[in-house]
Amino acid sequence: MIGRLLLFKLLQAVPVILIVSVLAFLLMSLLPGDPAVIIAGEGATAEAIETVRRGLGLDQPFHIQLGRWFARLAEGNFGASLMLNQSVLSAMGERLPVTLSLAGLSLAITLPIGIFAGSIAAYYRQSWIDSLVMTVALLGVSIPGFWIAIVAVILFSVTLGWLPSSGYVPMSQDAVQWFRALIMPAAMLSLFQIGFLARMTRSAMLDVLSQDFIRTARSKGLSEWKTVGKHAFRNALIMVITTMGILVSTAIGGSVVIEQVFALPGIGRLVVQGILARDYPLVQGVMLIYGFAFVIINLTVDVLYTFADPRVRYD
Amino acid sequence: MTDVVIAAPILAPRKRFQLIRRLLAHRSFRIGIVLVTVLAIAAILAPLTGIEPSAMRVRFRFRPPSPEFLMGSDNFGRDILTRVLYGARVSLWIGLVVALLSGIVGAVIGVFAAQFRAFDAPVMRLMDAMMSFPAILLALGITAALGPRMESVIIALSVAYVPAGVRIVRASALVVRELDYVQAARIAGASNARIMFHHILPNSFGPLLVHMTFVFAYSILAEAALSFLGVGVQPPTPSWGNIIAEGRDFATEAWWIMVFPGIGISLAALGLNLLGDGLRDVLDPRLKGA
Amino acid sequence: MASEPLVSIENLTVQFRTDRGWATATESVSFDIGDGDCLGVVGESGSGKSVTALSILRLHARGTSRFNSGTIRYDGRDLLRASERDMRAIRGRDIAMVFQDPMSSLNPVLTICDQISETLMLHRGLSRIEARKRAIELLDLVRIADAARRVDEYPHRFSGGMRQRVMIAIAIACRPRLLIADEPTTALDVTIQAQILELLRDLRTELNMAVMLISHDLGVIAEFARRVVVMYAGRVVEDAPVDVLFRKAMHPYTEGLMASMPALDGPVRRLYSIPGRIPDINEQVAGCRFSPRCGHAEAVCLTAMPDLVPVSPDHRVRCAPRTRTTGAG
Repeated sequence: MIGRLLLFKLLQAVPVILIVSVLAFLLMSLLPGDPAVIIAGEGATAEAIETVRRGLGLDQPFHIQLGRWFARLAEGNFGASLMLNQSVLSAMGERLPVTLSLAGLSLAITLPIGIFAGSIAAYYRQSWIDSLVMTVALLGVSIPGFWIAIVAVILFSVTLGWLPSSGYVPMSQDAVQWFRALIMPAAMLSLFQIGFLARMTRSAMLDVLSQDFIRTARSKGLSEWKTVGKHAFRNALIMVITTMGILVSTAIGGSVVIEQVFALPGIGRLVVQGILARDYPLVQGVMLIYGFAFVIINLTVDVLYTFADPRVRYD
Repeated sequence: MTDVVIAAPILAPRKRFQLIRRLLAHRSFRIGIVLVTVLAIAAILAPLTGIEPSAMRVRFRFRPPSPEFLMGSDNFGRDILTRVLYGARVSLWIGLVVALLSGIVGAVIGVFAAQFRAFDAPVMRLMDAMMSFPAILLALGITAALGPRMESVIIALSVAYVPAGVRIVRASALVVRELDYVQAARIAGASNARIMFHHILPNSFGPLLVHMTFVFAYSILAEAALSFLGVGVQPPTPSWGNIIAEGRDFATEAWWIMVFPGIGISLAALGLNLLGDGLRDVLDPRLKGA
Repeated sequence: MASEPLVSIENLTVQFRTDRGWATATESVSFDIGDGDCLGVVGESGSGKSVTALSILRLHARGTSRFNSGTIRYDGRDLLRASERDMRAIRGRDIAMVFQDPMSSLNPVLTICDQISETLMLHRGLSRIEARKRAIELLDLVRIADAARRVDEYPHRFSGGMRQRVMIAIAIACRPRLLIADEPTTALDVTIQAQILELLRDLRTELNMAVMLISHDLGVIAEFARRVVVMYAGRVVEDAPVDVLFRKAMHPYTEGLMASMPALDGPVRRLYSIPGRIPDINEQVAGCRFSPRCGHAEAVCLTAMPDLVPVSPDHRVRCAPRTRTTGAG
């Protein structure tokens, strides 16, 4: 049963991946200006531009271009960046660890705090704890992350001098400096996520706590800790898992802006630079990677969900 | 539970009045509506400060907040209060239009997908693919393609938020179309168009309205982020995002330039989120207290 | 009734928080449950029977209810004043409960084994392996076929009747002295109902425990109970052995309930139904709460709430005109 379900999800992902590829391709043809002119460089002759155009296949009809695009992708060839003088793949490879570190650390902060805060608010609903948690969570989803990040830099880096205001140190080089460089960006990135997750968890938990089987658990003589921590939490977790996709998505999306604030050399900063410099192959490649990443993330969430909920596992 | 949600928007006038009473009794909704209304009025009344938002007065550079300059002035001697108020016009307008546009387009596509099954799978896979990009990134790509202008931001954010709207409308449409009275209408020979616009659309209105309120809030945050990244509304037109971006360079010497527009964004998003929470609690009792 | 009763409810008044302040769900409820007794509590929904049952284990939703007065005496203690810790020791071990809706009463994400073992490990100190063995025995006991295999399944693989059997297995796991069954068959098909009742009856003798069966269906009660408590609008209106009740019910409400039962041996006739409806929890009714629906109401019924009066050693009735004519009180 479980195998068939996963196969179905996998099959559903195939067209999504294809469409993602086409969208990434379309984005390039949507970008303003003539790529050939830009690639040929300033002051290039009409002849040189024409050579570039033919070289890139831009003189071919749309469907041929699309076909070539897929053929190149199949080879794992993402082309060369215009502004960086290196292949798109290696440019992304260099910056991927930064973004993964940032998003990973942010999720590591978000998950325990968000789930705990949401659960405790639900358990003590309509008490001062609930009001406090929900007010903070609401502020989290309302305050723009990049703005509070700038304020934090002024406070913790400029005024107090506790943490570096920008830059990145690879973990392999110095784990402590890596952490010092990332903790503030990750924390700022987490504010929205924590707010979002706490609100979701609270609502899931409230739903579960009102169910009959919670009363059954109490009627067995179980402690509140067991009743809430085991019986309620496991059910709420299933609903929380379904929001994981959105959570990771907003973490990655938010990292684009946060990397800019803290000058972290990650994928997000790369794509912003690429867009501003009209580096088509680069933008295309990054968009494609983001698209693939999310298809995989959503698949993973589906798998997790399947394992967490026995009703799905068997039916 | 489900039928309460579904029945809510098409109640008799008296019931509709009750709905408004219940909304006004909801604390979050009350705070939200006050915040949003105050900000909207302030935005509309922006010209009352009597100063041009981009009027440069070098004599008054970097004035800290004082009775004369309530929110201080920036590096060009422009009055921050005036710029924040004019910025509110831009930011709120973008948010409102994006919410309406993405909501309407999402509703139309969602209803079509639910009504014509042949349409359903391809459309939903396209939506899945669009949702595979983080909204801010999709918007970033589109604004870059269309050029950094207010219209581009509106189009980009609308496109980015359409898929979520489609999903919501489609989901409630799939429930509604199986309801007895809709089936009865179909058997009685009602046309597809009549079923869509008379039965399904009105009944999806509640969840869609809640969603649109949250999109309004997200769009204000996203516009600010786009402007901050340099692909949003371009100076000298003030938007909350680009005032912050411009003020960032002077953040240590003149904190007031970037702090006040940030508070503006936060208050607007807070008000809309509270409004959305209230609407959700009242229109969707299943999630009561959430 | 010579010996000390197992559980003794006295003067229990429970109130619930509503939009319009505190509303009284039960008022001055008193009755005993003897050791090994087989008690039926009958009444319409809203009569306060479930509230009374939940009060014994103090299982009302937190913060929404309060006990205004009364005691529930068990084993020399007043359960309403016992510490939460003591209550947890009693729940599931001394007094266990089976609920109305078996579809929602089991945790969907835990296996049957887990849900039965839990109680055994908690109250009996069994290891996981011992508890599992015992869980299989219990499933056998409640007549679930192929118990050894099914014990590891999740609730959604079981039908409603089967789930209720699992609920019963959980409830009897620690051999409680009292099993409270709150409308255990209401959500089930008629044929399944009969099986579950039979199972409860057999287990009661086998395990020598007292059972308090709550139902709105006097037929179910008649088939099962030895003593019946009739409740109406939060009050006990009649309390008698089942044969006495069926021979000479004294309260007009009990009479109405009986008249609305289909007679299997008699001629087919139109079923009687009591006119009117049970008063809303927020409604104030002066005098006897049944008086607005009572065909025998007199002036006195509209002014003063009658007392629950013993008319014989094991028969109590709350009806002013009826108890007056018998000369008791």
